Amino acid sequence: MRPLTMRRVGWVCALLTAILFAVSVMALKLGAVPISVSDLVVSLARVAIGRSAQLPSDYRLIVFDLRLPRILAGALVGAALSVAGAGYQALLRNPLADPYVLGVSSGSALGAILALQLLPQVVLATPIGAFIGAILTITAVYYLGRREGQLDSTTLLLAGIITASFLSAIIMFLMTTLASRDLRGMAFWLMGDLSTPLAPSLRWFFVVALVVGIGAIYTTSADLNLLVTGEREAMHLGVDVTRVKLVVYVAASGLTALAVSASGAIGYVGLLVPHVMRLLFGSDYRLLIPASALAGAIGVVLADTLARTVVAPTELPVGAMTAIAGAPLFIFLLRRSMR
Amino acid sequence: MSASGTSTMQGQDTRGRADDTARLAVEQASYAYSPTRRQIPTFTLTATSFQARQRELVAILGPNASGKSTLLQMIAGSLAPLSGRVLLDGIEIRSLDARTRAQRIAVVQQHAPLVFPARAGEFVLQGRHPYGRKLHLPNSEDVNLARNALAQVGAEHLADRRMDQLSGGEKQRIILARALAQQPLLLLLDEPTLHLDIGAQVELLERLRRLAEENRYTVIVVTHELALAAEFADQVVLLHQGKCLRVGTPAAVYQRDLLEQVFEAPLEVEAGPAGRPRVSLRSRPAGSIGLESGERTRGRST
Repeated sequence: MRPLTMRRVGWVCALLTAILFAVSVMALKLGAVPISVSDLVVSLARVAIGRSAQLPSDYRLIVFDLRLPRILAGALVGAALSVAGAGYQALLRNPLADPYVLGVSSGSALGAILALQLLPQVVLATPIGAFIGAILTITAVYYLGRREGQLDSTTLLLAGIITASFLSAIIMFLMTTLASRDLRGMAFWLMGDLSTPLAPSLRWFFVVALVVGIGAIYTTSADLNLLVTGEREAMHLGVDVTRVKLVVYVAASGLTALAVSASGAIGYVGLLVPHVMRLLFGSDYRLLIPASALAGAIGVVLADTLARTVVAPTELPVGAMTAIAGAPLFIFLLRRSMR
Repeated sequence: MSASGTSTMQGQDTRGRADDTARLAVEQASYAYSPTRRQIPTFTLTATSFQARQRELVAILGPNASGKSTLLQMIAGSLAPLSGRVLLDGIEIRSLDARTRAQRIAVVQQHAPLVFPARAGEFVLQGRHPYGRKLHLPNSEDVNLARNALAQVGAEHLADRRMDQLSGGEKQRIILARALAQQPLLLLLDEPTLHLDIGAQVELLERLRRLAEENRYTVIVVTHELALAAEFADQVVLLHQGKCLRVGTPAAVYQRDLLEQVFEAPLEVEAGPAGRPRVSLRSRPAGSIGLESGERTRGRST
């Protein structure tokens, strides 16, 4: 018997943090203007000691104003979506649950668009609208996915996919008819894109909200291990099922809303990342949550770097890259679960 | 099962356990299921009462849809009785919070396949959940208790195997081990013999008897296996269509007319060794065909 220890959680997190660092350096280096690692180290060191004025201005623009914020946004979005996916998978006892597949990302995008249209002056309109959209969508999909009072995994997925397609159609309709200057393009909301950076004034809000969201889900991770075996079993083992469900639904929807506000509806991250982490490190949520957060950050930064460089100087939306990797996995898992 | 294992399982228990007072008291407990609040109930379990002491094995017996599982869920505290009450050591079970309840009552029910496969050892460690702190990372005491629990069900060698690779009988033992790791006062089992072959059924019931004795559990088993209940139970609660018909020792409850009416089958009931009744199927034309489980248990008891 090899029970999970804090030491093992620490080692896995340290390893993934090192990989995230390496991937971020690579992402800073690669692009239409290549930058050597030594130049990067020198410029980062100068910024660290407060001598950023000595940097050439084009360097500062490319590294600190363009690439670094984009990497941070990618890491934030990846972490948020992966943890949200892992949370939904436990609550719905469905390995295929993911904010995008369940339609929560589309609901969130619609909420954000409506909030931007109706309350353009409000500072946090986008994330708040996205959050309300996410909560309403997951509630609707949860009730549509029930059959005879029980959650049915196939009905749930169908309900999610149909809801996503319905909400996407409404988004397309709004984007075509509203044509407002403040709204980003249709590709952003439907496919996900990291080319427009986060507003600097909102960066701290996003980071704090991400930590709170992931932290809230992490405090329930031991309960989630039992909840995946069934609500009644979890209750018999002392889990306060109602409280845990509420915390995780709200936190996972909040994380999805954060990700969608920052980058639109990037798909399959919440499916792909927790699944790979389970294969590598097992299904214990006390390890799975931090591992998924870090690996999600790695995954999206990597996917975005590919999206920027594969057909450079043209850019692909990052959601296209994650869908190319994620959709075949979805089909594979679906076929396996039907066997 | 080693003697040291027993002492560890019970060593730190300071909760009162007197042999002769009732540990579990079901007092006029009833329940009704309705599709919605305003509709007429589709199933009712009428007021049921019985008591169980420690070291006692009680069988809740009846055919399908007789209300057995409903009664068990009320004892487990997951259903609130419509009237009456269920007490554990004098405290109403529904008044305990989920965590305290899980420290005192362990439930073994039909296990759905795991969504994400876990190893048997990790699964047994889940039984320590009601005792853990926030993240519930197991300490060495938890690991020892889980190992003891595995030893008590003879499954130490399965600890590193994956749950989805175990046979029905092996899985049942692991689920039982998880319940033992909870160190409960009350062990509840819902149709534990359902998917087991006859050898494994007898082995499980013998193990439950032994556990009740050694760990001083009160064991409540829901079953429709007449022969097994006759052989192993101290007390039988006979249910039929939501009514509690009889409570007593197997010898008192097993009367041919009553059982034939409840189970809708021609049955033969004879007095067996040690005052336990023997049940067999009375074939209609001539001769007698023994109930499969009845034959086996009789073989063992003589």
